[in-house]
Amino acid sequence: MSHISPVIWQFLVKWLTNFALFPPEASKIAPQMDALYFFILLVSLVGLTSVILLVTTFSILYRKQRHPVAVQIEGSTLLEATWTIIPLGLFLVMFVWGALIYFRVFTPPPNAMNVYVVGKQWMWKVEHPGGQHEINSLHVPLGRAVQLTLISQDVFHSLSIPAFRVKREAIPGRYTTVWFEATRVGTYHLFCSQYCGTDHSHMIGDVVVMTPEDYRKWLAGSTSGASLAQNGERLFAALSCSACHNTRPDARGPSLANVYGSKLRLANGQSITVDDSYLRQAILEPSQHVTQGYVPIMPTYQGQISEEGVISLVEYIKHLNSDYRVQQTTTTTELPPASGGKVTGGKTGAVKSPAAQGMVNQ
Amino acid sequence: MSSATIISLPDQSTARIPKTNYLTKENGLLSWLLTQDHKRIGLLYLMSISVFFFIGGCLAGLIRLELLTPQSDLLATDTYNKVFTMHGVIMIFFFLVPSVPATLGNFFLPMMLGARDLALPKMNLASWYLYMAGGILALYAMITGGVDTGWTFTTPLSTHYVNTNVITTGLAIFIAGFSSIFTGLNFIVTIHKMRCPGMTWFRMPLFVWSNYAASVLMVLGTPVLATALILVVLERTVGIGVFDPTKGGDPLLFQHLFWFYSHPAVYIMILPGMGVISEVISTFSRKRVFGYTAVAFSSVAIAVFGFFVWAHHMFIMGISSYAVLVFSLLTMLVAVPSAIKIYNWAMTLYKGSITFETPMLYAFGFMGLFTIGGMTGVFLGTSGTDIHLTETYFIVAHFHFVMVGGMLMAFLSGLHFWWPKMTGRMYPEKISQMAAVVTFIGFNLTFFPQFILGTLGMPRRYASYPPEFQVLNVFSTAGASILGVGYLLPVLYLTWSLKYGKIAGDNPWQATGLEWQTQSPPLTENFSELPIMDHEAYDYDWLERQKAKEVASVG
Repeated sequence: MSHISPVIWQFLVKWLTNFALFPPEASKIAPQMDALYFFILLVSLVGLTSVILLVTTFSILYRKQRHPVAVQIEGSTLLEATWTIIPLGLFLVMFVWGALIYFRVFTPPPNAMNVYVVGKQWMWKVEHPGGQHEINSLHVPLGRAVQLTLISQDVFHSLSIPAFRVKREAIPGRYTTVWFEATRVGTYHLFCSQYCGTDHSHMIGDVVVMTPEDYRKWLAGSTSGASLAQNGERLFAALSCSACHNTRPDARGPSLANVYGSKLRLANGQSITVDDSYLRQAILEPSQHVTQGYVPIMPTYQGQISEEGVISLVEYIKHLNSDYRVQQTTTTTELPPASGGKVTGGKTGAVKSPAAQGMVNQ
Repeated sequence: MSSATIISLPDQSTARIPKTNYLTKENGLLSWLLTQDHKRIGLLYLMSISVFFFIGGCLAGLIRLELLTPQSDLLATDTYNKVFTMHGVIMIFFFLVPSVPATLGNFFLPMMLGARDLALPKMNLASWYLYMAGGILALYAMITGGVDTGWTFTTPLSTHYVNTNVITTGLAIFIAGFSSIFTGLNFIVTIHKMRCPGMTWFRMPLFVWSNYAASVLMVLGTPVLATALILVVLERTVGIGVFDPTKGGDPLLFQHLFWFYSHPAVYIMILPGMGVISEVISTFSRKRVFGYTAVAFSSVAIAVFGFFVWAHHMFIMGISSYAVLVFSLLTMLVAVPSAIKIYNWAMTLYKGSITFETPMLYAFGFMGLFTIGGMTGVFLGTSGTDIHLTETYFIVAHFHFVMVGGMLMAFLSGLHFWWPKMTGRMYPEKISQMAAVVTFIGFNLTFFPQFILGTLGMPRRYASYPPEFQVLNVFSTAGASILGVGYLLPVLYLTWSLKYGKIAGDNPWQATGLEWQTQSPPLTENFSELPIMDHEAYDYDWLERQKAKEVASVG
């Protein structure tokens, strides 16, 4: 092959071995979304073909040589109604179908396991409830619904996993969620798809889908020693939250046991359901979120706790006085530590001192 | 067997360019810089947007060169970010928005209405100065360090995290925005007040209708963009906190404000282009546009619906799911008038007498590419598939099909169509037909692979990418070089034709518009006596009768 330029040769080899036309379908939603994708593609092709056919046929039949004198036609209400109503009908089908998929992607099933993802310039930090940390990688088990709770520490980011057909914006100051259920073991791309500055294109990583056994081994091997809720508990003590939020009759703050998921009446008369976002807001902007019957004396923790710290606190409060929390603690501690107690993502020891992790804001 | 062309030129041995016309009326630089003639202002705009298009095109070339390889090796990532930001800013605000309205619209809208000028000639000149001030400021920002926020200026990146010339660029766009408001206002007043006797609303050429719709969008939308940009500037300088969550602001608010203008802006760009296509298709098939009223009202419908679809840029950004439903539905509705237009144009050809001069080739290119651009918009308007496709190269390909495949094709079509009227000379037909074909091929090769890249998940604005995306990127870059040739050719032969082109005469295309019923190039006052519109638009029988009358009176 000496007569082919090595550059072109290399390119051809690369092309044949490393060329994709359609992304892998590795989640439960992927085939459903692709069905809609191909439906719209089919409609588009029919539409485009009809336009091309009309234009070429008329161009041939009525070109000047063949048809020297044009016949004037005003228009035709019937025809115009046809190409108003047929596209409209098709578009409405796509709208309804698309909305069904949309709601499926953004409505997690109740038994989904939750993983927190913090975006920052230019990396993804993943916090598993068992206390495992990862950077620019996400390990998930096969066949289990995983909900990602996303937040950004600085600018807008967007977590995109093309093989799962999911994508969600990570917004500063607000939790957003998305869920998926992986259906194929493998390693897939994880992209930041919202432009976020200098190294936007380096904010990529891998999603690793593992069989449940492998996943359990990985969890055990990556444990940092304390679950998120345990970190939260330490932080709760270190920040003296318990000084007010306790169960004593003269407590200055409401008890937080079982507060997650409950309906709360606020001092301003609003009635809300306590969720992750509410807890986060109540910690960072307490004066806006005073429970009815209490005085707005809580200081703000804005700028004092990192997003990971807030996540630990939220996770702690979420599971306060519930069986789940105990379970979490046992799963983390009971599993035999793998050789050397490896911690992924180079954040070793970060959780050893909760105050250091929580109080210092990067 | 009749000839395959409708070009009817005067006898070249005796024909002369009319001695008195808007080009020869006055001479000297000042006569151009202080002119209030809409035709001269149109030419000023034409020259300036060509310069900006050239700069924006060079930046696009740099982007495609960088993406030839998966690594970011040609440009540093920061430089790459600045390059695509300036490409977007220049192409959108300094080329696409003013392209058809401020050049062809400025030149021909008053002539089509049978008016001597726009209603507010001084404001028209002021709009060009504002445009130039904005443009020069933007170039100054580019030379003194550039800006790397992306043309969308997303907060809080633009307000808190980058140290580049955000304020200067924001102000440049702010200023240029006023030029677009001035043009829009001028067109609206002119269309309401300056129509010649007999020119009723439904006798106006469709080019006027579509420019009217675009003008309404400019006047109502641009102030919101100006507000959003000023808020970004204030946030950067004094930290007012409107978009800052730590101060109780909402970063999503910026997106709402920005897209409230920037989605209608897409229609500001495409509607005048659609007007051009209506004129061209009618002229080269010798037929009245099929369903004139439907095409006219579809422009208005696009303008109205266009204002209520902005949040479809934010489906995955955590806006309420019910808002997603509403905006997805409205997006579907805005797609319908575009479909109506496409089929009406196709049916205009039916039983026509079609010839294939360059403007018509570009118009056919427009129809094909705009159909693809429009249909891929439906992929994105459908909330379910939008999740996967948004923020990827699918978006990039989609809006380039609409903006470049649609608008730029329409602009080139219109430029060739009206070139004889503007300059009095014909462009060379064969080479320009070839340029149209080259552009079409180059365009498809550049942007079609990007649909596949987007489906594969390659995010936009990436300086480097995983190696399995390389093949498609190589195709795209190869296409871009062909496209570059396709755009360079018209610059060369149109310049050549200024001196050597054949003399066009009043009406080389035998078109019906009032602008063709006067000398080329026209008088400064457009018509020696004000026309009276006594027939419908696109009435080719009227044109035949006029010609017969002339022959009778001369003979």
